[in-house]
Amino acid sequence: MLMHAETAAHAARAAAPDPAPILALAKVTKEFPGVKALSDVDLRLYPGQVTALIGENGAGKSTVVKTLTGIYQPDGGEILVDGAPRRFATAQDAAAAGITAIHQETVLFDELSVAENIFLGHAPRGRFGLIDWAEMERCAEEILVGIGAQIDPKVRLRDLGIANRHLVAIARALSIDARVVIMDEPTAALSHKEIEELYELVESLKAKGKAILFISHKFDEIFRIADRFTVFRDGQLVGDGRMADVTEADLVKMMVGRDVSQIFPNRERRIGEEVLQVVGYDHPTEFADIGFTLRRGEILGFYGLVGAGRSEFMQALFGITKTSKGITKIDGRLSAIRSPADAIENGIVYVPEDRGRQGAITDLPIFQNVTLPSLKRTSKNGFLRLAEEFRLTREYTTRLDLRAASLDTNVGSLSGGNQQKVVIAKWLATQPKVIILDEPTKGIDIGSKAAVHEFMAELAAQGLAVIMVSSEIPEILGMSDRVIVMREGRIAAELAGEDLTPETLVRHAAGI
Amino acid sequence: MSTTDRFIPDRLQSPLERRLKSWESLLLLVAIAIFIANSFASPYFLNAWNLSDATFNFTEKAMIAFAMALLIISGEIDLSVASIIALASTAMGAAVQLGAGTPVLILVGLGTGLLCGAFNGFLVTRMGLPSIVVTIGTMSLFRGISYIVLGDQAFRGYPADFAFFGQGYVFWVISFEFVLFALLAVIYGVLLHKTNFGRAVYAIGNNPTGALFSGIRVARVKFILFLLTGLMAGVAAICLTSRLGSTRPSIAFGWELEVVTMVVLGGVNILGGSGSIPGVVIAAFVMGLVTFGLGLLNVPGIVMSIVIGALLIGVIALPRLWKMWRG
Amino acid sequence: MLKRLLASREILLLGAIMALLALIATRFPGFVAPSNLAGVFNDTAPLILLAIGQMIVILTRCIDLSVAANLALTGMVVAMINVAAPGMPIGVILIVAILLGTLLGMVNGLLVWKLDIPPIVVTLGTMTIFRGIIFLISDGKWVNSHEMSAAFKALPRTELLGLPVLSWIAIAAVLIFALVMRRTTLGRAFYAVGGSPHSATYTGINVGRTQFWAFTISGALAGLTGYLWVSRYAVAYVDIAGGFELDVVAACVIGGVSIAGGIGSVAGALLGALFLGVIKNALPVVDISPFWQLAISGSAIIIAVAVNARANREKGRIILKSAEHAA
Repeated sequence: MLMHAETAAHAARAAAPDPAPILALAKVTKEFPGVKALSDVDLRLYPGQVTALIGENGAGKSTVVKTLTGIYQPDGGEILVDGAPRRFATAQDAAAAGITAIHQETVLFDELSVAENIFLGHAPRGRFGLIDWAEMERCAEEILVGIGAQIDPKVRLRDLGIANRHLVAIARALSIDARVVIMDEPTAALSHKEIEELYELVESLKAKGKAILFISHKFDEIFRIADRFTVFRDGQLVGDGRMADVTEADLVKMMVGRDVSQIFPNRERRIGEEVLQVVGYDHPTEFADIGFTLRRGEILGFYGLVGAGRSEFMQALFGITKTSKGITKIDGRLSAIRSPADAIENGIVYVPEDRGRQGAITDLPIFQNVTLPSLKRTSKNGFLRLAEEFRLTREYTTRLDLRAASLDTNVGSLSGGNQQKVVIAKWLATQPKVIILDEPTKGIDIGSKAAVHEFMAELAAQGLAVIMVSSEIPEILGMSDRVIVMREGRIAAELAGEDLTPETLVRHAAGI
Repeated sequence: MSTTDRFIPDRLQSPLERRLKSWESLLLLVAIAIFIANSFASPYFLNAWNLSDATFNFTEKAMIAFAMALLIISGEIDLSVASIIALASTAMGAAVQLGAGTPVLILVGLGTGLLCGAFNGFLVTRMGLPSIVVTIGTMSLFRGISYIVLGDQAFRGYPADFAFFGQGYVFWVISFEFVLFALLAVIYGVLLHKTNFGRAVYAIGNNPTGALFSGIRVARVKFILFLLTGLMAGVAAICLTSRLGSTRPSIAFGWELEVVTMVVLGGVNILGGSGSIPGVVIAAFVMGLVTFGLGLLNVPGIVMSIVIGALLIGVIALPRLWKMWRG
Repeated sequence: MLKRLLASREILLLGAIMALLALIATRFPGFVAPSNLAGVFNDTAPLILLAIGQMIVILTRCIDLSVAANLALTGMVVAMINVAAPGMPIGVILIVAILLGTLLGMVNGLLVWKLDIPPIVVTLGTMTIFRGIIFLISDGKWVNSHEMSAAFKALPRTELLGLPVLSWIAIAAVLIFALVMRRTTLGRAFYAVGGSPHSATYTGINVGRTQFWAFTISGALAGLTGYLWVSRYAVAYVDIAGGFELDVVAACVIGGVSIAGGIGSVAGALLGALFLGVIKNALPVVDISPFWQLAISGSAIIIAVAVNARANREKGRIILKSAEHAA
């Protein structure tokens, strides 16, 4: 491993013997049809230490979390608790072994109260083993106060906003008296103040001797609270060690396997006339007062914390959300967009973040996915013409360098990157004026990522107007001509040129 | 990135090859086996007139099953079809009392079916209600209206030429109903498998959100499917009323179950997304043959319903058991 | 606070029942006399028992259409046992009824859990199979009042503190299941599984097994009701309680149970059943033909599901600070 920092302090720390790990993965492998999500990975979590798990989307981090918490069972290798091999058949087994997790997708129940969300499965019992609601609500209040959350434990979860939901998820993890706490991107949706409180919490857990696995994309955060790191790439362990021994550049290099500066294409900016004008978009709960303009050949980035209302606004613009108000002008003409079909007719298309549910119809073949919005063109008098469909599909998938066994293959059997190419091909085949890409490279491999970026640049160069929603600062900085930052459903800032720095983005997004 | 180093073929498996390995082929074998077994079991089976009579067991239900197949593939269901028959038949009976002739009766039957379908469709697609509950409700409502109108009475006195739809023969043993069944099978087969509309139905059934995000007008397609299902129930009401020559509020009681069974037996996924019209056609024959064969053996109707119920569960359970057994 | 109270479906429904009673009382004061209301409650007791079971099943995103057939089969079996062995103590009969009902419920549950067959298909199938089995074991014959022992017929009618045992059983079931649903792990698991099966898995709840228990409970209650029904009406035949499953689903839907799962309560099921019971008993009193009942309950289902859907309509995510109700 890297051993260049040779200060006295480091030497002293290195000299101290490691305590025995509480929880470890030894040579764990997990396969899914067509994908090896984890191959022979090792991971060790020590008492009183925070281990950061670092890797790109798709590196296998979520699979590790699900394996450690009993959602997945490994196909090979062992889970060791205090050095002894254990098998977790269900989430309850993992909880019994003292492992608790704050999951990335907050797994909670909308119709149940906050207190029950915290204690479901391990509620305090009273006489005859019956659930003691008063005690449960009291304990919930205690935990919530402990993490600085001002939430009434009797409120139904559906009435809470995203940050508070995250806090409930954290409270749930703490309600189990665990020895190992897994935090999967716990700060993604939290404001600056809430994050500070979370750090304090992590410190207090460390002091109590708990082992913490901390998953995050934010390097400043990792360097602030982690003691150790483990880096995954494409389902494999590529490095681990002490935080004190590495720099951010070292970690990034391990993560991506090459220098970061190469990732984004250099593009020639040819910004044309205004194509889209949005005025006064409002929604009762999701966003308010959104307005901006967009020009041909321009890439407009939308940055913000998870749950800042970016996707919700984009879906309103695309005609999915009907409860919103606002005016859309395309090429200066007022356009009434009440459904995605209207949006497509007006030349606006949307590549959603949730590929499996919204973007592609995974159980249908590639060609049927690609031609779905263009059937009017490929058909004759409403009757399908398969030859025409294959021709159109081939034209656009070739441009995107799609890899598949045949055009009749179901989209669900493709890799994430190739699925994304199918979705993009589908929209390009409609010959749009404005393309909205929502987290376009989330969960896809590095190769496909670069291809998507390159293609995005090519589209802009051809005069298409591009809106890119992204939570990754390098992507936002590397691709956008201009950036709108959203916070809590409103536009917090519009940045371009020299104002566009990682610091300004974070500052406006978190509301510091 | 304009050049590909690998050529991606359109297809790996020919459509014919896929068809041979399908549920429909298996079902066809079952139908042939039942046919052979029946012809050995009873000397009366292999008689053109008997076989022709047997088709009435399924033609009316199958007409509804075609539209129901599309509706189920799209992820919805209509449990009110039998009650639509009752209401349409009652409406025709009432029209007869007012002196309506056969052309008017046809319009009344089809119109009632369309109206009922539109009502279901409105509740599901405009109000966003779950179709299973809505149609359990309209199932009671539609038949309930028949009961209000008729009570324990019956409408009779249909015009003589009205009898053709349920009792007439087009050529030798080929009944009008059978010809209509065959014609509708072709129409629905083309609609589902060869048109943009059919493609949209599959897309919606596989992933309604994805279909909406792809610009499919999901609500409109579903509304049309409810209309079609209501219309087909109206057609079935004309045939059945004509065949029976009378209308009681209990007419076609329990048919919704047989129609859904026919659709599921035909290989349509009850959760939506897949299925075919040829499958439903073969399933109609299988159910007709089973009913006819058991009838020849003097097995009472209620026992046949055990067979139908077991078929319904069995056709889904057996492949899954087989998979569990092997994997 | 007011919002939360108004959002309580149970309060709304209670108000509707009270308004209905008040309306009837203006012209027929005798209807709201305590003795008559007790009679209405007793008459509704079987519906209450089945609605509680159905509520739990629907809570877990399933549906049990076989409850009435289960009731009829269990009723026939215990009636035949009583005919064959008139001396058998009623306690044993009761246990046999509950066990048999439980077993039939477990069959549904296993098919849903282990084979992952959609509940509507499973229970449509078992519904017809159970009815068919009644025919097979009874040979289509009736078990009549004079064949049943006096003790067999007496239990539900026996009065205790002014109310028949049938009513007391319904009251006991309401109390027990209110406790189970609110204060046991299994009760809360039903809510969790229906609310979000995905999240339930993450909290260590086995979704399929929880659904299995829901069907088991529904079956047990149907079995118990089977004995009570046959004993109260002193007759058993193939078609008893035919179509009653729809009333049961109607009671649940009217009682605010969401067909999408995760929302519902014992109080809601009770009130939904009582609503239907009041209407059924009031029709003859206010001199409306009983033939109206079917249409009225159908309309009630549609109105109830529309009202519930309005209350539960997805309002979007809460992102704007002004839209949150945290503390």
